[in-house]
Amino acid sequence: MAMSDRVLPLAHHPERATTETATTKVILIAIAVLFLAAILFLPLVTVFIEALRKGWGTLFESFSDPDTLAAIRLTLLVAAIAVPFNAVVGLAASWAIAKFEFKGKNLLLTLIDLPFSISPVISGLVYVLLFGAQGWLGPWLVAHDIQIIFAVPGIVLATVLVTFPFVARELIPLMQSQGTSEEEAALMLGASGWYTFLHVTLPNVKWALLYGVLLCNARAMGEFGAVSVVSGHIRGLTNTMPLHIEILYNEYNFVGAFAVASLLAGLALFTLLAKTFLEWRFAGELAASARRH
Amino acid sequence: MTFLPSSLRQPSALPGFGLALGFTLAALSIIVLIPLAALVLRAASIGPAEFLKIATDPRTIAALRLSFGTALVAALINTVFGLLIAWVLVRYRFPGRRIIDAAVDLPFALPTAVAGIAMAAIYAPNGPIGSVAQSLGFKIAYTPLGIVVALVFIGLPFVVRTVQPILEEVETDIEEASALLGASRLRTVFQVVLPHVYPALLTGFALAFARGVGEYGSVIFIAGNIPLVSEIAPLLIVIKLEEFDYGGATVIATLMLAISFAMLFLINAIQGWSRKKYGNV
Amino acid sequence: MRLLTRRSLALGTAALFLSVGAAQALADRTLLNVSYDPTREFYKEFNAAFAADWKAKTGEAVTIEQSHGGSGKQARAVIDGLQADVVTLALAGDIDQIASKTDKLPKDWASKLPHNSAPYTSTIVFLVRKGNPKAIKDWGDLVKEGVQVITPNPKTSGGARWNYLAAWAYAAKQLGGDEAKTKEWIADLYRNVPVLDTGARGSTTTFAQRGIGDVLISWENEAFLVQKEFGADNFDIVVPSLSILAEPPVAVVEGNAKAKGNLDVAEAYLKFLYSPEGQKLAAKNFFRPVDPASADPADLARFPKLELVSIDKDFGGWAKAQKDFFADGAIFDQIYRPTN
Repeated sequence: MAMSDRVLPLAHHPERATTETATTKVILIAIAVLFLAAILFLPLVTVFIEALRKGWGTLFESFSDPDTLAAIRLTLLVAAIAVPFNAVVGLAASWAIAKFEFKGKNLLLTLIDLPFSISPVISGLVYVLLFGAQGWLGPWLVAHDIQIIFAVPGIVLATVLVTFPFVARELIPLMQSQGTSEEEAALMLGASGWYTFLHVTLPNVKWALLYGVLLCNARAMGEFGAVSVVSGHIRGLTNTMPLHIEILYNEYNFVGAFAVASLLAGLALFTLLAKTFLEWRFAGELAASARRH
Repeated sequence: MTFLPSSLRQPSALPGFGLALGFTLAALSIIVLIPLAALVLRAASIGPAEFLKIATDPRTIAALRLSFGTALVAALINTVFGLLIAWVLVRYRFPGRRIIDAAVDLPFALPTAVAGIAMAAIYAPNGPIGSVAQSLGFKIAYTPLGIVVALVFIGLPFVVRTVQPILEEVETDIEEASALLGASRLRTVFQVVLPHVYPALLTGFALAFARGVGEYGSVIFIAGNIPLVSEIAPLLIVIKLEEFDYGGATVIATLMLAISFAMLFLINAIQGWSRKKYGNV
Repeated sequence: MRLLTRRSLALGTAALFLSVGAAQALADRTLLNVSYDPTREFYKEFNAAFAADWKAKTGEAVTIEQSHGGSGKQARAVIDGLQADVVTLALAGDIDQIASKTDKLPKDWASKLPHNSAPYTSTIVFLVRKGNPKAIKDWGDLVKEGVQVITPNPKTSGGARWNYLAAWAYAAKQLGGDEAKTKEWIADLYRNVPVLDTGARGSTTTFAQRGIGDVLISWENEAFLVQKEFGADNFDIVVPSLSILAEPPVAVVEGNAKAKGNLDVAEAYLKFLYSPEGQKLAAKNFFRPVDPASADPADLARFPKLELVSIDKDFGGWAKAQKDFFADGAIFDQIYRPTN
């Protein structure tokens, strides 16, 4: 590089120093957009195209099928239990981990993360081993006429396991970065612990909490592998939406399958929209929460 | 993890530690630990000789190799493109940026079975991309390549979302300084900016990898499922289960679990290390 | 925020109790039929007919819940505690597994109903693309180079086991019963399989919807159904020179049915399969009825005549076939040994 460039690059080319040439930019953006189009958009678009293959009428018709409605109800019920539960656990875990120092914290973090990387199949399998008729607690459950797997409780348990880390994972880094000074000030001013938590800590993390809940919810409604192992696949009774999709698909009802799939894809889109809206509306607060991981 | 100065100073300033930790541990035990312990104990109960026999069976090894191999390739692809996408999203302003930013999370939110069916439709020889590949003389769906494609989809947001916030943190001062000192743009990016991102990139890579190893719902529709060729480890677990071979299923599950746990521990160690080295980002 | 957390806790708890209640509410007059893949359409129709018949006879309303999936998977679910009142599976071996691993049904379950408890039979045929471009006439054509064969995994699919045994019977006959050569022939056959789905339905979708492969080895009823669903102008059925008599059996899972107070309706349900109406519906849905007299002759005319081997006579029953061919490390596993 020439001497003059070395001395006065900023004066002559103010952007050069910290950015790329316009051509490079366009090429990089083009690569990113093409990659995302091929990997992300195409599957999404396919879902809607297939769902609409026979027109809107057929699409709405497939929603009115009683088994489809039952699957939607079950999915909502499962999410209504699993998501609040994981939200509460996530809050407790992040309070303990982010606001206190203790031995074994790394191990605890790893254990909370573990469901992220367990195969969903294993997540279902463990409950079969535990609660199945041949499992450890099976004989006791049978004797007391309690049905866990192949019924709603098993589906809920498997879903809770799969979505366990979602809220905690959003909250912990944010609460860590926020430190404890605000809570300490509140306590010093005489606020109770609960009051401090509800009026100081929660408002600070509410958007991260909401985002965690949204992601947790999307995954809870969409879980397939784990639920498939513990469901029993009884039509209209223990089929969640993703399992119902598989069933419809297997009945050559491709439009019906993609119709239900489009509902779930719509949920995914709604999640992303809600998240984008939150980011736009509360840019400052979320910038901090973006520092997760 | 990092030691937050405030809590080091006053370790008992805040209340509720016992309650919060107690509740967390109780939930963790009931939902995660006890069921996993049941799995490991069940696998252990079949004895070391049988365990070893199942673990070293060629089909087990082939399935594990396939699961870990395709997850590795997919995670590498995601590392390259994830970094590029994060870079574009953080550094450039262009129309549609916000949409693309939002869309990155799609694989988090889209059910895996839906993704699997849709991708099978796209990459099968009669699908829009599959037919192009067919005319070029190779196949995507029903080969290990199809598995890689599915896992790239599943893992992409892990890399982007891990790298993005770190990239946002990097101060442009140092880039200016580097440029002022005469470094080319390429050199500045690779030797000044990216070193800050490497720990996060590694974390994103590891998360995408760990997720890919266990993925079932989306892969099963596109894999082909031929033993020794395109049969993934989670499918082998399902197959063993359906043969009433609980021992075999739990052994493979335990192997996968052990590897996942080791990887996650490594990730958190890297995160702790990067926090110490680069500040609390 | 405070409100949100409290309300969701309360909601969660309430929902949990609700769900336990819902699970127990199963004890009503609902019957759970756990079945295998290709019977969906048949049982949909049959259940409605049975419910009407039961209502007429007893005045009682009965709802039949259905669960479908790969036969082995379904048997495992029942073993693990799925509360099936009746099982209607692809092969006797899977019901034998339930009998041996639980005490919910007697070992001699097959003798409880006529015809070895198989109210309908089927066989294995080929489905090829219209005009049969690869000129597939018989099993021998499936091992030719360049022919892609679609069949599910015998480890997870009952139908795939019938496919396998039919292929084996043909090869054994052609090769004069030389087991080593037959094994080699079977290995050649599976080398031509590009996708090994976990269930019969998965394979059908791969072949018909995804356009993979030249020939689908399929249940006869499934092949007819594909023609019906995807249009007869897209596919041809090819009947091989020899196939197997597939007897999908049914049984009352007495342990479950008794506990749920459903024994009477479960037994009546299975008996209804043998009734003229049940037999007629079976034939209508492409199953070969054991009592052809009550079926519609037009339906019967669709079934070609062909030489059929039998699992009991030619393979020594399911227990033996399972051990010889499909058990861990048995002949099927040997096909997929690394060849290095």
